[in-house]
Amino acid sequence: MQQAATVTRITDFMKQQMAGFSPQGAIRAVSMPVLGVLAFLLLWQMAAQNVTTSLGSLPGPAGVWAQAGNLWADHLDEQRRAAEFIEMQKERNAEILARNPDAEVRIRPYSGKETFIDQILTSLGTVFSGFLLASLLAIPLGIVVGLNRYLYEAVNPVIQVFKPVSPLAWLPIVTLVVSATYTVEDPMVSRAFITSMVTVSLCSLWPTLVNTIMGVNAVSQDLRNVSQVLRLGFFTHVWRVVLPSAIPMIFTGLRLSLGIAWMVLIAAEMLAQSPGLGKFVWDEFQNGSSESLGRIMVAVIVIGLIGLVLDRGMLMLQRLLSWDRASATH
Amino acid sequence: MSHSRPHLELSSVGMGFPIKGGTFTALDDVNLRVAEGEFISLIGHSGCGKSTVLNIVAGLMRATRGGCLLDGREVTEPGPERAVVFQNHSLMPWLSAYQNVELAVRQVFRKSMTRQQRRDWVIHNLELVHMGHALDKRPDELSGGMRQRVGIARALAMQPKVLLMDEPFGALDALTRAHLQDSLMEIQRELNSTVIMITHDVDEAVLLSDRIVMMTNGPAASIGEVLDVPLERPRDRVALADCAEYNRCRQSVLSFLYEKQQKVTPMPRKTGEARGTQEDAPSASGAVNA
Repeated sequence: MQQAATVTRITDFMKQQMAGFSPQGAIRAVSMPVLGVLAFLLLWQMAAQNVTTSLGSLPGPAGVWAQAGNLWADHLDEQRRAAEFIEMQKERNAEILARNPDAEVRIRPYSGKETFIDQILTSLGTVFSGFLLASLLAIPLGIVVGLNRYLYEAVNPVIQVFKPVSPLAWLPIVTLVVSATYTVEDPMVSRAFITSMVTVSLCSLWPTLVNTIMGVNAVSQDLRNVSQVLRLGFFTHVWRVVLPSAIPMIFTGLRLSLGIAWMVLIAAEMLAQSPGLGKFVWDEFQNGSSESLGRIMVAVIVIGLIGLVLDRGMLMLQRLLSWDRASATH
Repeated sequence: MSHSRPHLELSSVGMGFPIKGGTFTALDDVNLRVAEGEFISLIGHSGCGKSTVLNIVAGLMRATRGGCLLDGREVTEPGPERAVVFQNHSLMPWLSAYQNVELAVRQVFRKSMTRQQRRDWVIHNLELVHMGHALDKRPDELSGGMRQRVGIARALAMQPKVLLMDEPFGALDALTRAHLQDSLMEIQRELNSTVIMITHDVDEAVLLSDRIVMMTNGPAASIGEVLDVPLERPRDRVALADCAEYNRCRQSVLSFLYEKQQKVTPMPRKTGEARGTQEDAPSASGAVNA
């Protein structure tokens, strides 16, 4: 029955997504954004020609598009080289084994330079780890604090002080602390990754924390009365009444947090020199070739697009998981 | 209705709330003995502490004086043997009708019923309130009357010793209300449950109750009069319209509310307040002008 209910919910969800579909509506829904983007590209082209920097004039949309193509080609090139490198080793190993079947052979990984695509994947990995860590801290903490008025009064000033702190301020502290505490021989993950992940967590946990506290606080007195009449135990009360009640608010917080996490990540990578899109931008800036500006703009656009996709993704997740679909708009 | 040992007893219950510079006495010296299977209505003007009385019996509030005994044991905390039907249904909006009732059933009969028995019991109670067709509907997919039915099913499913209802039909339209009143009478006859119901509606009180407890105006509200309603059961609302006894009961409640306990309005009425006062006043729906 549980399964059937889930299936119905998913089909309902699909129907809702499709509801109100009409040709005219579709044309309008597509044409206005397209017009907007075209107008933006036109303005960009006209403005870019008039700005001259030490690296030449700002690239227009066409130049940036060309650089995007270059970056993709670079990536394919690197992949090909990596494949060749591995293949070469395999052949050599086969030769060695043919001569001496007892020989110990190993394949060394290819250590070429990280391409733009690699940097994107690294950044996504870091942002998700940081966001996950922040959520794992913020949601349980928010529930505990939200349930207890005295605790809330005690914790609130601390939250209010740390909430507006910029990632740039956290970074030196986090860097020093991580260097001092993360001293494993042959670490699985690099220190730079830990530094940027922790910085992302520190900056992005506040919206989730604040919204979870608010959501837990806002559980209606009627539902709390029902819980009391039923004599629900503490954990049942939290699990069956408080948490579902707060879910819409928690999701609002999570969406804000993910947005902040992504913004903070770029800054953190830039400063911490940990691999990722931020480092890519910084390296291109330092590189200062005639292509750099175009490449940085590709990065800017990709950062924006990924941010948008992350936000939409959270919204979809909220619509699927939260009972209160009315709160899951925009 | 004087039993040697009452099922439920409120003795000299008083309730005071601390306010700036003293105590506000909401209730003073409320005494009531309720027999098993009795249907009691609490009626009175807004702010007379009806809800406070109900909350004290429910255990959601502690009386500051006196106390409440159920089967000889003092009520100190809320519990499923005193199930409450709240005015605004209070269903979990993320659970289906079935799951809402199941939450209660699992909690109360965790040890005494098997999974299958609990399932049957949930469905039985939803069918009792004619909601067997909407087991998988969530509250936002149900009408106001249907939600209230599920709320009643949830309360009944706890097999309470006393069923407490806080204006259960107050937010419903007249037709739905009449329908639910009939359902409630039917269920109460079948289960012989003890019911305490708060109402604003004089007709509802007379139709459903064995006794009507009329409360005086606050502050320091108390029980003003208690009226026996000696009408035969089952009662039929259409037939009762011409029944002399029914009309005598109605008359006596109306005269208590509007002559003896007329609500004092200290401020001259502004037009903006008209809506609020109308809602607050107990209404004698139907043939009040006839």
